[in-house]
Amino acid sequence: MTQLILFNVTNGLIIGAFYVLMALGLSLILNLSNVINFAHGGFLVIGGYIAYTLEPYLGFWGALVASPFLTAIIGLAIERVMISRVYGRDPLYSLLLTFGLAFIFEDGTRFIWGANGKPFAIPAFLSQPLSNEFFFITGYRLFMVAMVAVMVSLLFLFLRYTRVGIRIRAGTLDLETVSALGVNVRALRSLNFAVGIFLAGLSGVLAGGQLGLEPTMGSGLLMPSFIAIIVGGVGSLPGTLVGGLLIGVASGITAAVFPSASEAIMYVLMAVVLLIRPRGLFGEEGMLT
Amino acid sequence: MSETHRKLAALAAIWVVLVCAPLWMPLVGGYTALGSRVLVLGLAAMSVNFLLGFTGVLSFGHAAWFGLGAYGCGLILKFIALSTPLGLLAGTLLGGVLGGMLGALIVRRRGVYFAMVTIAFGQVFYYIAFQWSSLTGGDDGLRPFYRQPLHLGFTTVDILQNSTAFYYFVLICFAAAVALMGFLLRSPFGRTMLAIRENERRARFLGIPVEMHIWIAFTLSCFFMAFAGSLYALVNNFADPRGLHYSQSGDFVMMAVMGGMRSFWGPLLGAVVFVVLQDYVSSITVNWQIFIGLTFVVVVLFFPRGLLGFLQARRRG
Repeated sequence: MTQLILFNVTNGLIIGAFYVLMALGLSLILNLSNVINFAHGGFLVIGGYIAYTLEPYLGFWGALVASPFLTAIIGLAIERVMISRVYGRDPLYSLLLTFGLAFIFEDGTRFIWGANGKPFAIPAFLSQPLSNEFFFITGYRLFMVAMVAVMVSLLFLFLRYTRVGIRIRAGTLDLETVSALGVNVRALRSLNFAVGIFLAGLSGVLAGGQLGLEPTMGSGLLMPSFIAIIVGGVGSLPGTLVGGLLIGVASGITAAVFPSASEAIMYVLMAVVLLIRPRGLFGEEGMLT
Repeated sequence: MSETHRKLAALAAIWVVLVCAPLWMPLVGGYTALGSRVLVLGLAAMSVNFLLGFTGVLSFGHAAWFGLGAYGCGLILKFIALSTPLGLLAGTLLGGVLGGMLGALIVRRRGVYFAMVTIAFGQVFYYIAFQWSSLTGGDDGLRPFYRQPLHLGFTTVDILQNSTAFYYFVLICFAAAVALMGFLLRSPFGRTMLAIRENERRARFLGIPVEMHIWIAFTLSCFFMAFAGSLYALVNNFADPRGLHYSQSGDFVMMAVMGGMRSFWGPLLGAVVFVVLQDYVSSITVNWQIFIGLTFVVVVLFFPRGLLGFLQARRRG
């Protein structure tokens, strides 16, 4: 029994870690640029497939490092050419634009790499279970959670202690004032977008190692990330972190008791939070409302 | 020609084109069933626009109400009664009532946040339709059921076999819904919606209960949407879980924007262009989604006011 509960809680935490990585990127972009990036799942897929393409040349570790950067560069180009043109306009347009981009990414991936799933090899020592009793805790799963923890810590340190990070947080609160103080808001938004896409690319590589690669893998992670943001509270990155872990664990535990409701529980959680605390767990009243 | 005359002429032209569609559609390579489909999707896009274009509230989860309408109608026809009007009524009520209930929960949210919450809640119904296979048929969709002949007392119209008769049935339903929509928009309530769209804060200062108005507009839009969805179940004799998915919502919003969301008829034009384009592209390539995606990008970046808005701007020079 302990094993079953532990199994599902671990599963939930790992899934939750993915949601967190996705949702933090989405949240960064949403907070500073007021854009819901529907194409975020598409960037995740691109990150995974780039790593798949690079792996024969660079090996797993090389691909793990290079792919998120390349994905971020692609993201930066798309932000400069297209998405930056709808900043400040009705959110309708950024939604439709990124929605169209998501279509292009998904079908483009299918066109380039084929519709069938691809395996993404991970180093042998990582794929071993750590003990017989807890067979579900493989080295890779621990590694993924550790990676997410490190990246999240780095992100929070970056936002807390670097000049750019502080500007990003200030811009989230009041972009006009930040602009009036002489900060190049255009560059700030581009950089912020690139950071968000970097996280998406990294999630793609990590997810590829666990589940293999498929052109549709991104869209399945998108909706839970939305819910993580809403539950945690729009405008709050710690909220997104807690929200992601919360819905991950909740759906993990539900999967043990009542498998067909493991997806629905996230929506129930969201409805309850919105009823009791409409701004979300850590949200501030007045953010983006 | 004065503005009023021009409007009347345009209105007459629209209805002549719609009424004569079974005559001219075969000439341009269409077929009557395509006409019925476009009308229904056009009605759906106009329902989205009722909220988006005239109240300024963006719901990105409206496919849920469309799909609920379809399932409501289909479930009645499959399990309860072989009656087309009853199916339409049940579908409209199912989608509309659930939409109204959700609306009450989220009506205080605005902008991006509202869009996000509507997407997420819309997905709830997608998962229910997808998971509850014993009732809904799950991934395969709800079937078999068939639209039933209409008994009008003095005669019976066979809308199942005769596709022209069915087209006119859909057209009459469409006309009734659109007339009601036009009436609502011309009423003091409709004017208040415009006032909220233009300046919510000022409307609030005037003592208008803004939340109440937005909730009513949202609920009405859900009812129209569910009605369109019920008709769509009749068009296909089938209800598809993907009809509730958020990507379907995106298509509806796109139709409204592509046609021109500040005009009453724009979304219908958008639906025509979108459906024809989708049919054509998917017949020549398997990677048709790329082209649909490109259409989204091009419309947003170059024609944000839609086809009608673009034409009006050209005419004014």
